[in-house]
Amino acid sequence: MLHLISLISAWAIPVMITFIPLYAFTRKVPVYESFVEGAKDGFGTAIAIIPHLVGMLVAISVFRASGALDFLMGFIAPALEGLGVPPEVLPLGLLRPLTGTGSLAYTTDLIRVHGPDSLIGMIASTIQGSTDTTLYVLTVYFGAVGIRNGRYALKVGLFSDIIGFIAAIVVCLLVFG
Amino acid sequence: MINGIWLGMIVIGFVFAAVNGRMDAFTAAVFDGAKNGVTVSFGLISVLVFWMGMMRVAEDAGLLRKIARLLGPVVGFLFPDVPKGHPAIGYILSNMSANLLGLGNAATPMGIKAMQELQTLNPDKETATPAMCTLLALNTASITLIPATLIAIRLNYGSADPAGIVGTTLAATAVATLAAIGADRLFRRLTLLRRPPKPPAVRTGDHAAGGSAVPHTSMKG
Repeated sequence: MLHLISLISAWAIPVMITFIPLYAFTRKVPVYESFVEGAKDGFGTAIAIIPHLVGMLVAISVFRASGALDFLMGFIAPALEGLGVPPEVLPLGLLRPLTGTGSLAYTTDLIRVHGPDSLIGMIASTIQGSTDTTLYVLTVYFGAVGIRNGRYALKVGLFSDIIGFIAAIVVCLLVFG
Repeated sequence: MINGIWLGMIVIGFVFAAVNGRMDAFTAAVFDGAKNGVTVSFGLISVLVFWMGMMRVAEDAGLLRKIARLLGPVVGFLFPDVPKGHPAIGYILSNMSANLLGLGNAATPMGIKAMQELQTLNPDKETATPAMCTLLALNTASITLIPATLIAIRLNYGSADPAGIVGTTLAATAVATLAAIGADRLFRRLTLLRRPPKPPAVRTGDHAAGGSAVPHTSMKG
């Protein structure tokens, strides 16, 4: 099953990139011209995201560098330690929704220090792999189309992060604990 | 809410930097973060340009409409306000499949294309529609079958079973996604209830300004 899924993952992009123009060609689409015409939009979209991403990443970067994030982590850790959750993984719960590279670096460090097959390594891998960086996704997707008022999207994203974080820990404690 | 979080991170950061004597680090972090934002956006240029070109070919060939018609019912219940067979559904499906297969490079451009298509259905271009919020909910939770990056890292550090996290990750991501869809549904309904009924006759010129100022101020908190 796992082998099949990784096989599909490896084949998906090459198959799409070959099949889409081939199919379009049979439909009499001028494939190359059509590609170039569509590709023109890509640059502008990427540029439109810059202000949003710069604003958000500066705030996150300042929040981390000032020591505020560390303080918050130290504040939350003891509260959950009593539940049999290794305290080392708790900072991930805060890092994950804020910064993808930050939380990946933290996960990699936990794996390096405690070993990939330790309970900490397993929980950290599961947390990191099970959700995407909410603030990044919001910033990029809304930024690309110029949405200013995201309504309840942030609340929904953060709520599902919390639930995903708890689920990752519970499942790992049940399976590997 | 986003305004509060953004300002909050900066102000709290300032206070902590002042208390911890880390003003230098604060300044360095500002420019680091700004540089990072540009680097990440520039990194997106290549994939966006390429996939948007490829997606245009698919669109011109009528492929996206076909996918939307064929598989639309599968996701239709999540996006009740997107018309059946609309290309947005095709992009949403491509975005979801790319996420599922862990193809982050392809998922983001397709998600952005889906947002642009949803934006064409949006009467108020600065305020997210419920369908956009649902797409965001699916992407922040991001169901993934194979966490490829983590398997690679685990392999790198000599794991006896690098793929051992696939099952637990799938379970956690499924729970997170269900929570996201559930919360999205709930908020969607609450918003509909809270939104005051539209005044019967509004000139189109006033509509954009009035529409964004009146109903949404109550939802920001």
